[in-house]
Amino acid sequence: MSGKTIATMRSAMGMPTGRLAVWWVIVSEIVIFGGVLVSYIMHRIGHPEWAEEASHTNTWAGATNTLVLLTSSLSAVLAHKAATEGNGKKAANLLRLTTLGGLIFLVIKSFEWTHEIKEGFTIQAGGFWSYYYTAAGLHAFHVLCGMIIMLVVAHTASKNQELQRVENIGIYWHFVDVVWIFLFPLLYIAK
Amino acid sequence: MAYAHPHDAHAPAHAGHHEQSFFQKYLWSTDHKIIAFQYLFTGMALAMVGGFMAYVFRMQLAFPGTSVPGWGVVSPGQYNALITNHGSIMIFWVAMPVLIAGFGNFLIPLMIGADDMVFPRINRLSYQLFLLSALVLVASLFVQNGGFGGAWTAYPPLSANKNYNMTPYGATMWVLAVALEFVAFLLGGINFIVTTMNSRAKGMKAFDVPIVIWCIVIASILFMASVGPLIAGAVMLLFDQLLGTSFFNPNRGGDPILWQHLFWFFGHPEVYVVMLPAFGIVAEVMTVMARKKLFAYKTVIYTIVATGVLSFFVWAHHQFVAGIDPRMANVFTVTTVLISIPVGEMCFVYIATLYGGSIRLTTPMLWALAFLGEFLIGGVTGIYLGASGLDVFFHDTYFVVAHFHYTFFPIAIIAVFSGLTFWFPKMFGRMMNETWGKVHFWGTIIPFNFIFIPLFFLGLNGEHRRIFDYHSFPQLDTPFMHTLRVMATVSLIVMLLFQIPFIINFIVSAIRGPKADKNPWRANTLEWTTDSPPPHGNWPQAEMPEVHRRHYEYAVPGRAEDFWPQNERA
Repeated sequence: MSGKTIATMRSAMGMPTGRLAVWWVIVSEIVIFGGVLVSYIMHRIGHPEWAEEASHTNTWAGATNTLVLLTSSLSAVLAHKAATEGNGKKAANLLRLTTLGGLIFLVIKSFEWTHEIKEGFTIQAGGFWSYYYTAAGLHAFHVLCGMIIMLVVAHTASKNQELQRVENIGIYWHFVDVVWIFLFPLLYIAK
Repeated sequence: MAYAHPHDAHAPAHAGHHEQSFFQKYLWSTDHKIIAFQYLFTGMALAMVGGFMAYVFRMQLAFPGTSVPGWGVVSPGQYNALITNHGSIMIFWVAMPVLIAGFGNFLIPLMIGADDMVFPRINRLSYQLFLLSALVLVASLFVQNGGFGGAWTAYPPLSANKNYNMTPYGATMWVLAVALEFVAFLLGGINFIVTTMNSRAKGMKAFDVPIVIWCIVIASILFMASVGPLIAGAVMLLFDQLLGTSFFNPNRGGDPILWQHLFWFFGHPEVYVVMLPAFGIVAEVMTVMARKKLFAYKTVIYTIVATGVLSFFVWAHHQFVAGIDPRMANVFTVTTVLISIPVGEMCFVYIATLYGGSIRLTTPMLWALAFLGEFLIGGVTGIYLGASGLDVFFHDTYFVVAHFHYTFFPIAIIAVFSGLTFWFPKMFGRMMNETWGKVHFWGTIIPFNFIFIPLFFLGLNGEHRRIFDYHSFPQLDTPFMHTLRVMATVSLIVMLLFQIPFIINFIVSAIRGPKADKNPWRANTLEWTTDSPPPHGNWPQAEMPEVHRRHYEYAVPGRAEDFWPQNERA
């Protein structure tokens, strides 16, 4: 089926369709992460002894990753600005830079986790670690998926096509960033 | 941000359809109508699987230890797998795909005057994921040690620990199937919500949208807002099963009750997710067949939103005897009884709509009327269960089973038959046979009551759920109880046999029933303004409908016709 449907082109709400869709995706994602995190918070409150397990997380790695993700969100915003100006090539390059930020995040995390696993802090090592790997792993999975989609959007945008998608993937990326802003204090700072 | 094109005339020309292969047209299609049929037929096929499972386990209950024709002797493990998968299949692989994905996909673009969904390729992907989930579920029944037998509620530690459930592969595949199904419906839901919000025909304001579409969209929103915690829970259960985490393991710092909360936080809104489309279908059928507008349409919309919101605050009524604080139980009793108000109001709305109407007792209308009566029984018996004091006795008895079948059966079967017989002419371009439709109707409704009324009495007499053989319980092994069990089983067999006329009627009518014109029921909504069946794109590009009124203008004084289509100019 080539060509867009008429349905895709309409906008009874005044908001472009793609943006409306991304916000609804975010709603469902908020409840997914909300479920994990609320379960974790309630359990953490009931298990003060988990603080000992939590003391072994690498706060510096977490802080660096926070900085990396925030910076990548900045390049995503700049990509959007370039897209609104009609500069697809610039938007694509900024999106690729954002993806690089995601890659750095994942690389730092893999070093972090490798070290922790070697020390014996595996996913089975305790209640805290079950949540740590599951929550951060779910987040990392969303970072990875975001990166893949972002590269596809960048490729199309570099040809000055579908520039509205630059904003939409940016919204998703900001959400992934916000989830990390919750994860960082809950997993790394609360000791 | 001028990315949106305000006028349809600017839309790129739809590629004129060059010949498509069978594969492209039927298996790889992005056309919402084809995808709707894919969901419908898959759901109907799985309904037969779920129905067969019910037949087998009811035969075991009525005639314990005997060889069931078509199955053999039922072992305890098989019994558990049968009841687990019957429940899971009927809710996740029949009710959801038929009511939401099937009717939603077919009706939404047609009733809002669009040519397709906003994201046709994501629509196709959602069905493919759904099909994959169904295949994983069916495959789980054939792996070593058989299908998962931990009940559709899958409480840990039973569901998490393979030494307890003894179905390691089945248990994991069940979780995977459910998770995949959730992802499919999240994708589909986004399509439905965005399409309805953004792609309405020119002139169709929010309160001109037909009530069934409102119901399906609000159900999709409800689903999206409630499934997240269970997706989290499913990941946690999977990790407990496979990776040795301890989310739900009390010996290692976990909490089995956490699963219950995550499950039921979704599980309760879920029943309203399937209930709302059923209510919407019945409302549409009743207005057309009574030639009268829906009573208090705007209030109904506020009511269903209120029902949706309230549904998030009742979940722990499933956990009254799980060890929760009795003061919490009081709170949930109040909210549970409260939610019967908006739902009861919907039933009053139906009665008020019918009152003074010019009623045609066609097959779709018979099903719609039956929905009202049967669902009322289900709803009223829910009040008994919602009172925590009474629930101490009723929990885990057949009273609960009877209650939820008196709600689920109207939702997943009665309303579906109403919708199928009503929209069949539009879907397939031919009329179904009315006589056989009525035979099917009575042959379903009468036995249905004889299956589940006995179950209320069994529950009142203390018969617990999920027991393979009641001979082990002397106080339940009385002739009276046994007669009830046999009555329920025999009625089920009769009811299943009466589905054969429906299947034959469906297939024969689709192939060579009398041809249907555009609007055989003389209804107002937009789907009846195009051909039966609608072409690809639903209307010619230059003739996309415009809307000039709500869809309830039946029997308007002074007009020659007793209906007034939405797209007709004043």
